[in-house]
Amino acid sequence: MTVSNEPAVFVSVASAPSTSKGGYSFGPAVLERVMTIVSPIMLLVVWELCGRAGLLDQRYFPIPSTIFQALKALAVSGELWSNTEASLQRLAIGFFVGGVPALLIGVAMGLSRPLRLIVDPLIAATYPIPKSAILPLLLLIFGLGEGSKIAMVAIGVFYPVAINTLAGVLAINKVYFEVGTHFKATPWQTFRTIALPGALPFIMTGVKLGAGLGLVLIALAEMVGAKKGLGYMIWNSWELLAVDTMYAGILVIAVIGFALTILFNEIERIVVPWATSR
Amino acid sequence: MNKPANVAGAAVIEMPRGGQASAKDASKCKVRFSGVHKHFKTGDRVFTAIDGVSLEIPDGSFFVIVGPSGCGKTTLLRMLAGLERPSVGTVECAQTAGKSPRMSMVFQGDAIFPWMTVWDNAAYALKLRAVPEAEIAEIVGHYLDRTGLTKFAKAYPHQLSGGMRQRVSIARAFANDPEVLLMDEPFSALDEQNKTLLQEELLRIWDETKKTVLFITHSVDEAVTLGDKIMVMTAHPGRIKAVVDVPFERPRNVIELRAQPAYGEMVYQIWGHLREEVQQARLQSESQMKG
Repeated sequence: MTVSNEPAVFVSVASAPSTSKGGYSFGPAVLERVMTIVSPIMLLVVWELCGRAGLLDQRYFPIPSTIFQALKALAVSGELWSNTEASLQRLAIGFFVGGVPALLIGVAMGLSRPLRLIVDPLIAATYPIPKSAILPLLLLIFGLGEGSKIAMVAIGVFYPVAINTLAGVLAINKVYFEVGTHFKATPWQTFRTIALPGALPFIMTGVKLGAGLGLVLIALAEMVGAKKGLGYMIWNSWELLAVDTMYAGILVIAVIGFALTILFNEIERIVVPWATSR
Repeated sequence: MNKPANVAGAAVIEMPRGGQASAKDASKCKVRFSGVHKHFKTGDRVFTAIDGVSLEIPDGSFFVIVGPSGCGKTTLLRMLAGLERPSVGTVECAQTAGKSPRMSMVFQGDAIFPWMTVWDNAAYALKLRAVPEAEIAEIVGHYLDRTGLTKFAKAYPHQLSGGMRQRVSIARAFANDPEVLLMDEPFSALDEQNKTLLQEELLRIWDETKKTVLFITHSVDEAVTLGDKIMVMTAHPGRIKAVVDVPFERPRNVIELRAQPAYGEMVYQIWGHLREEVQQARLQSESQMKG
């Protein structure tokens, strides 16, 4: 080591970040939420620009502005609302018809090993059947009316909710159940205070997956023998070669799916306040 | 595994000849283990966790069990907590007013519910028993105050430090107004400073109520600091090696107590009983690794 008489030179290794110089300072949470809304809008912008630049064949890929015009026309005529309402109603009813039993069965399976041994193989065997493949069967059983549409959604929602709920209950640390046993919780109290809240983060994941699948299936079910609904609207516009209307229907379904995701994320924030910081 | 356990003798139902535990000379007996054995079956091998423990815990005493890891001390506690049953023998608890005596356990590590606020966690046992709301508010308010958690009543466990979470667990146990308090290495996951603070707090709250406490620890210091009686257990299989009376006066000041020469002697004495058991336990685990 050579001894130097020169004074030591200091280099900055870590310093406090410069705080916001004027302007608005959003919290990171707000910024994250804004980002999730910005990306779909960006997609539309890029699509529009590509279409106008002649990079897309507008016979198959009409640009967003054309689609919005079609959407406006549908809105004015009232077709858009009646079809959207029909689909949303079927989705909501099917969601409850499928989701609530799925939740109860999922928790019950998680709590009872014998029940799990009996029901799990049934779920495992029927889960891989494409739901679209049983549509004719549902039409046969429930007819062309609302029943078959609701049943389709219900079946689609049932599996992800039931499977995730079961996984959620099984993921609960055993010590929490011991606390319940120790303090003499009844089976109902165990369900209400431990199994259900403990599994809620998983249940919310199942609910989100179920909502997505439900939307897929309702559109599909409405293409066969329906007189209303977004699926009907899309199928009908294919028969009429009204590509703009077809895209308008697809766009509305996409928006509903997106809105549902946001809605369920907000619900999750409220019902699972203890796990949302992740 | 959620059967509301026909408590392993924690209830008086299992008393062999019925009736109450007989009062024994001056100090009444609260908890009695009689010839308790516990075997666990793993595959076709039988593992003996506890090998004949008979023990009486006086009413209102702070009873500490020390032993090397894997000596079955936690199993003894779990039998009282209604989470385990003896293979042979009985575990009995003296009843008061004809009721099955209430127990509260402070579990090892994190055992408060992450999905409940501090308040709801502390109120848990009371809510299960459907105690009137006003009474719950009073009791829980009192114990949150005693554990310094009043400000955090609405916080969730993930927002708290490990020491505070264990305070919640203690508040939950005391709020249940148990006749016997069971503590399973409650402070083992805490750092030294927090451990000392919590020991002081525990002693302060305990001095107010003088419940019978059964406290499990692997720390000799902790045993001598807290206990009236210390039972040293042997390495696997668990048997009683020695029961030692701790003569220090109450109320105790943890820091001052540790400064006394008598404290050091006591620790030395307990270590004398424990040393070869710890070595034994180490040999056993080493031979298991080879086997």
